[in-house]
Amino acid sequence: MKLAAGDRVMTSARNPAGHYRLPRYLRGKPGIVEALHGRYLLADERAAGRDVSEPLYTVAFAARDLWEEDAEADCIVHAELWESYLVGL
Amino acid sequence: MPKPTASFTPSCGNRTLSGSDRPAGSGGHEHEHASESGAAFTRRVDALVAGLTHAGVTSDREITATLEAFLAGAGPSNGARIVARAWLDADFKARVLADANAAIAELGLDLSHWAPVTLRAVENTARVHNVIVCTLCSCYPIALLGPSPSRYKSEAYRSRVVREPRAVLREFGCAVGDDVQLRVWDSTAELRYFVLPRRPQGTADFDETQLAACVSRDALIGVAAASITPGSSG
Repeated sequence: MKLAAGDRVMTSARNPAGHYRLPRYLRGKPGIVEALHGRYLLADERAAGRDVSEPLYTVAFAARDLWEEDAEADCIVHAELWESYLVGL
Repeated sequence: MPKPTASFTPSCGNRTLSGSDRPAGSGGHEHEHASESGAAFTRRVDALVAGLTHAGVTSDREITATLEAFLAGAGPSNGARIVARAWLDADFKARVLADANAAIAELGLDLSHWAPVTLRAVENTARVHNVIVCTLCSCYPIALLGPSPSRYKSEAYRSRVVREPRAVLREFGCAVGDDVQLRVWDSTAELRYFVLPRRPQGTADFDETQLAACVSRDALIGVAAASITPGSSG
């Protein structure tokens, strides 16, 4: 998978045991790739003593996609997410 | 004292917590410390230091010297210098926004003595307000800005600022208008953010030192506006 800025993505809804740096409030949510950062060591693997790198992206989420009717107006939440957390739409 | 084992790794991880100890939905990492009592955390650090010292990996003297050297070069004044220069020099501002690591090197600031940190500046404008957080733990550009305020690490701030950032900012006395887009930056991985606040009104004749005095640590986080202070107007 190779993502570009502006691509629409869906985050994983996985709930694995162990270290996992996809925040729960961003799981299974639609977003848009805002920036590409090259490859970074995946923290989840690093926590287990393994060096595995993956492309890292900043993904933008509209607050209404996260909190529905509870969202404040015109808010965007960004997070850095590794490629294996994402599926292109 | 726990004896270090061959499987010990200096990276952050699940070194001490079994699966059943982990809070549901935790990102692991420093997250657990937030809900752990200070005394328990201190005991854990003491045990870790004792183990590393016993194994000959480090010493109390080396740890103290490293911390002192690190903190001596890290404080919000670094961020304030960057902001003040950016307000005065549009080309520098463009470089800060494009590649903050390279731009701050022009000011003699170097983050490489610590872990490699990719720094990113986000700019407030008349139509955009930015605020930074780390919901999983407490990621923060410590090497540049010094230790974060304790409320930055509080569970209340971390959980609320992604859900109701406008309400949180109102409580900080930093209300943002309905015509301003709110952008929250959750530092979940290897990037560290700081906010480039708006230049306050009435500072047209300020020099760089006076401008830097307008920039607080909270302004660099995005929970305050830059403002003229007694230190900057004198």
